[in-house]
Amino acid sequence: MKTIQLPIDEKTIKTLKAGEMALLSGKLITGRDQAHLRFTEALNKHKKLPVAIKGQTIYYVGPTPAKSGEVIGSCGPTTSRRMDAFSPLLIKNGLKTMIGKGGRSKEVIKAIKKHKGVYFITIGGAGAYLAKRVKSARIIAYPELGPEAVSELEIRDFPVITAIDSRGKSIF
Amino acid sequence: MINSKTISRTVKDLCIEANLKLRPDVVKALKSSLRKETSSKGRNLLSILLENCSIAKNERIPLCQDTGMTVVFADVGQDARIQGDLTSAINKGVAAGYKQGFLRKSIVADPLIRKNTETNTPAMIYYDIVPGKKLKLTVLPKGFGSENKSKLYMLNPTAGYDAVVNSILKAVKEAGPDACPPYVVGVGIGGDAAKACYLAKKALTKPVNFLSDKPHFRKMAKELLAKGNKLNIGPLGAGGNTTLLGVNILSMPTHIAGLPVAVNISCHSLRSAHKSL
Repeated sequence: MKTIQLPIDEKTIKTLKAGEMALLSGKLITGRDQAHLRFTEALNKHKKLPVAIKGQTIYYVGPTPAKSGEVIGSCGPTTSRRMDAFSPLLIKNGLKTMIGKGGRSKEVIKAIKKHKGVYFITIGGAGAYLAKRVKSARIIAYPELGPEAVSELEIRDFPVITAIDSRGKSIF
Repeated sequence: MINSKTISRTVKDLCIEANLKLRPDVVKALKSSLRKETSSKGRNLLSILLENCSIAKNERIPLCQDTGMTVVFADVGQDARIQGDLTSAINKGVAAGYKQGFLRKSIVADPLIRKNTETNTPAMIYYDIVPGKKLKLTVLPKGFGSENKSKLYMLNPTAGYDAVVNSILKAVKEAGPDACPPYVVGVGIGGDAAKACYLAKKALTKPVNFLSDKPHFRKMAKELLAKGNKLNIGPLGAGGNTTLLGVNILSMPTHIAGLPVAVNISCHSLRSAHKSL
């Protein structure tokens, strides 16, 4: 199976085809509903984001708390469609790679195609399995959001399927 | 006398068990789907879901990070004697289970203000009075990816069998890949609007593909399972012939002017656990 290092450069993104399986390794940030709301508010007010998103990879997840000795709790993807209203602005501002589950809107597909990004799905509901593929985790923004805080994760051999490629082709 | 400490401890244990150990009938349904799935990508994904079950059970990591809004069905025996405040005992149990089980606290106190209650309470408790002296507690951690795909169709009383089938299929199509297929579809037919929704959720506590005592609903469940699996949504929406694991239908009497049909979809990791006290 194809292995891909994060962050993924545009040259590599252009080689990815909808439907292909791959294993991702490297660092990414996490963010879901509340973080997207805050990022959008900041961008609209021309304020600095707490994390750099240019070239970045984001994983839509809100994990369970880690037990002592664990890097992270159960950490499968949350439903990407809830972030659809916010994604095009983030993609326009440099976000390259998104990981979640389920389909995306026409606007998101359009933004991915225009700015040469990629959307992967990973295995929804396989939270324990995916937890074993996270090597480190630390909160980097909005700790008060609890499970919705923005974290930096290092993943290794994290299984994904290219769901929407840079040509705008979708598996759904 | 059933005392509140026992109730809390039982609810705590059920919350943890439901989130770590997948129901045996659901595991069986996943294994059966794996044997029948024709898409290799689909088989790969179903295998990972089964591996996830083992890891969750053996290492005590929740099956899914959405450890759910805690739905509790409390069947209270008509002659049961309960010491203390039952609702409070159940909520204390949920709070303890979500703390000690390292489960995610996913409840906000107000739908608009959205401050986390940090206890995963209040639980959504449905009380029923049943014959006997026992208290049966069923905990169903309901993830909201699937809950968000719930539907209520208030059909015309003359709509008929096919209209009911088509409404349920419509709900599955609209859920599409988003609620982690393959799905177990809970269906409630009849009652008033609220009862139909209640039945749809209660149906998820029954074994996957349990048989309704009404022949027309037995036929309907079988037909929906076959039609649903032809939609090619597949495991996690990646295509394949496993879109549904099962369809559970509950029904009750309804009004001459209506035919309520409620659909409550569960993801592939339908979680519930029960105990009688």
